[in-house]
Amino acid sequence: MSAPRRPVFVSRDAYRSRRLKDAARLLPVLGAALFGLPLLWRGEETASVGTAGTLLFIFAVWAFLILSAFLIARRFAHADDIARGDDGAGRRRSEPPRDTG
Amino acid sequence: MVSLNLLAAICLGYVAFLFAVAFAAERAAAAGRSAWLRSPWVYTLSLSIYCTAWTFYGAVGYAARSGLEFLTIYLGPTLVMVGWWWGLNRLVHIGRTQRITSIADLISSRYGKSNVLAAAVTVLAVVGTTPYIALQLQSVTLSVAAFAQTDPAAPAPATPSVTATWVAVGLAAFTVIFGTRNLDANERHHGVVMAIAVEAVVKLFALLAVGAFVVWGVAGGAEGIVARLDASPDLAAWRIDGARWAGLTFLAAAAFLCLPRMFQVMVVELEDERHLRTASWAFPLYVFLISLFVVPIAVVGLETLPDGANPDLFVLTVPLAFGQEALALLAFLGGFSAATSMVVVAAIALSIMVSNHIVMPIWLRVGRRGATVSGDVRHVVLLARRLSIVGVVFLGYLYYRLSGGGAALASIGLIAFAGIVQVLPAMIGGLFWRGATRNGAMAGISAGFALWLYTLFLPSFGPDMVVPAALMAEGPFGIAWLRPYALFGIEGLDPLIHSVLWSLSINTVLFLAVSLASFPAPLERLQGAQFVSALGAPGGARSWQGGAVQSEDLMMMAQRILGPAEAQALFRREAARQGLSADLPEATPDFLEVLERELAGSIGAAAAHAMLAQMAGGTQVSVQDLLAVADETAQIMEYSSRLEAQQAELTRTARQLRAANEKLTQLSVQKDAFLSQISHELRTPMTSIRAFSEILRDMGAEDAPLDPAAQARYAGIIHDEAIRLTRLLDDLLDLSVLENGQVSLNIRDGSLGDVVDHAVATAAAGGDRPALGLRRDPASERIPLSTDLDRLSQVFINLVSNVRKYCESEAPELTIRAGEAGGWVTVDFIDNGRGIPTDQQELIFEKFARIGEHGAGGAGLGLAICREIMARLGGTIAYLPGQGGAAFRVRLPAAAALAAQ
Repeated sequence: MSAPRRPVFVSRDAYRSRRLKDAARLLPVLGAALFGLPLLWRGEETASVGTAGTLLFIFAVWAFLILSAFLIARRFAHADDIARGDDGAGRRRSEPPRDTG
Repeated sequence: MVSLNLLAAICLGYVAFLFAVAFAAERAAAAGRSAWLRSPWVYTLSLSIYCTAWTFYGAVGYAARSGLEFLTIYLGPTLVMVGWWWGLNRLVHIGRTQRITSIADLISSRYGKSNVLAAAVTVLAVVGTTPYIALQLQSVTLSVAAFAQTDPAAPAPATPSVTATWVAVGLAAFTVIFGTRNLDANERHHGVVMAIAVEAVVKLFALLAVGAFVVWGVAGGAEGIVARLDASPDLAAWRIDGARWAGLTFLAAAAFLCLPRMFQVMVVELEDERHLRTASWAFPLYVFLISLFVVPIAVVGLETLPDGANPDLFVLTVPLAFGQEALALLAFLGGFSAATSMVVVAAIALSIMVSNHIVMPIWLRVGRRGATVSGDVRHVVLLARRLSIVGVVFLGYLYYRLSGGGAALASIGLIAFAGIVQVLPAMIGGLFWRGATRNGAMAGISAGFALWLYTLFLPSFGPDMVVPAALMAEGPFGIAWLRPYALFGIEGLDPLIHSVLWSLSINTVLFLAVSLASFPAPLERLQGAQFVSALGAPGGARSWQGGAVQSEDLMMMAQRILGPAEAQALFRREAARQGLSADLPEATPDFLEVLERELAGSIGAAAAHAMLAQMAGGTQVSVQDLLAVADETAQIMEYSSRLEAQQAELTRTARQLRAANEKLTQLSVQKDAFLSQISHELRTPMTSIRAFSEILRDMGAEDAPLDPAAQARYAGIIHDEAIRLTRLLDDLLDLSVLENGQVSLNIRDGSLGDVVDHAVATAAAGGDRPALGLRRDPASERIPLSTDLDRLSQVFINLVSNVRKYCESEAPELTIRAGEAGGWVTVDFIDNGRGIPTDQQELIFEKFARIGEHGAGGAGLGLAICREIMARLGGTIAYLPGQGGAAFRVRLPAAAALAAQ
């Protein structure tokens, strides 16, 4: 069995949905990096940023992560709806690929 | 003041309320009105089971002791949920398609439905969860005690253990009632999940209320909190151990995936995979809110409460200190909610594991013929579940009593985390790596579990409780590098991080190494392929052979496990799918597979597999089976090839028989022809003889004159005919003798030329035909012969006289060519006549075969006799086509060749 040939260019919708998955995968990596950042703030003896500042920073990152996850989840739901609508009223995937990469 | 009685009454009222919620949810689910039960919000809230009483009370205490480190417990799960696309979606998908009932079931299913592995994970889970349950009992006890201390009217404060006993009994009862109401095919507990969701709201609301009170009621806004934080001697400086920060974040993330109760709500109770999408941001939001006011409460608590106050209870004692009893009660209810929901779900999850992987296998083994003959399996399973729940809660209670309830809440929780996380390598490896094997998983989990026990769990009871202090300080038998807190000489590391590092790394290394070195069983490989390619095309693990089991027996068993209504519905559905009108489907492999999955939903994959294996007569695929099958195939192939050979032989024989039959028929026809021919040949001279003899007889009588001339003529004819008859009979006799091989040859030496001379002379004598032109090459005829010369000359005479008789040329001419080549002497007799038509060339050597309508009188035996003679002489005679006229070739062995024989 030979591997099925994958197209080099995909339609805009498929391209978007793949990049969305990439974003979903990258988000926790970014989050972990940001949450690890306060470890670098230690000075020689005392921290240059106090507990309050760190706390605010972490909560800010946290809020950013939640917001990003929310947006990604909404896009996923949106993509699902579009896919379902497409199935009903003819596929849009047949349109020529324009946005490629 | 809040009296203990009031507190008890509130608790009871709250529990009654939860009962009502759970009951209503069960009713709604049973009535099919469960759409709102299946909303993603309920799912997200049920995930908050992660936030136990440890979170509720302990986080503040943790913050008061170690600053921001408490955040790691939430950051880990946040990263897991946000990164759901990395593997959580796969886990959930597999959990749903494979009907996974617990984390032990997942591991067991992945590694070839191994029951040993499932039992090992179950033991690990029970050991890892017990301290956690103890923690919940402790927190409830402590919170009650906190109220008791501030209640001077209380006559005699109830001892903590009494409270813990009552809480344990109450929780066990609640769990038994709602966790084992029925054996749901999917292990879903709508009532419990709903109650947990309500409790999640209660605890979040309670914590937010206390936090809001602290921030805006006490500190005067966010600025006040920041000011106090900066002023606080314990919290102001950002001091954190980097190893602990990263290690704890990882630990919490891993535990979030591995904890039995988390697996229960996250995978087993999930209704729709799309809910994960909502939970991916909503759950982080929930823990975000939960931890939002932890630091403010800790700061205010440290500032306002006396030094000796237990920081674990700040959530409760801070409102009490400010006289906010209603708020304190709310906080108490929040903590109570957190504790109860955790114990309930953990007990359910553990009871499923214990009953499916430990009790059922033993029961199946002990019970004779198990599922088919003995009583109601549902009853047994439910009883096992209930006993397991009571047992698990009792174990937690026992741990609480033994440990004395002294250790800080957070550290117990982390110890439990480190224990259960040992499942992680086997789980992740199983989901993403097809090469992961059962032996590898077993080796990794056992080693990790043992190391965790040795380096963390057992020492956690305190010096000299389980592990002697001497051993802790100097190592076993004085071997310093085996000290539990400084394994292999690594000192100065935090004990928790030290233990996690060693146990997980050795766990992973062993898992990988043994997996690489071992070979998986066939079922393992099938399951591995299904798990790893879970999100791709679903490939069936064909592990059952149909036919060996009766559908009725399956029905009996299914009814006992799934319940009559569900089982009948399932069987009818499958029968319809098979296109049968009856209620019982055929026991096809497909159906057995479906049934196994359904049963797995109730009693776990390993037990379901074992049950079906028992019923289907052990058609479980093993290497031996495969080998046997392969053997059988080889035998079948050999047999079929043998059959093929036999068939070919039969075909050949049939062909031969057909040929023989044809020949026989031909011979029969020939015989008939011969008989009629010979009768005819004999009759013709006989007729003339009779006719002329009658004339002769009548001549002398009456008026007929006696004419001597006529008399002599008639007598001559009779004589001629008699001679002809005699010759015919002689020929026939000759032929018969030749054909029967009774002829005796008179072998003499001579020359071919002499024989030809004799033949030509004999044939030419007494003929009235025109003279035959002869073309001979006497030189070439000088070939020595050693054969029966008389017989050979008979053949030549026949051939020459045939030319004389039949050659229709004006000037008949015979060419005689002789030659010797390759041990054979060939003599060709070629005339210049019309030759013999192709279609008759085959016939001329047959008896009585005569060409055309020649008047020449011959019996047609000449060439037949020639052929027989030549056969006797070891040679052949054949018609030689394409020579212009009729041509015959006589071949006979040369004298030298004959002498050599």
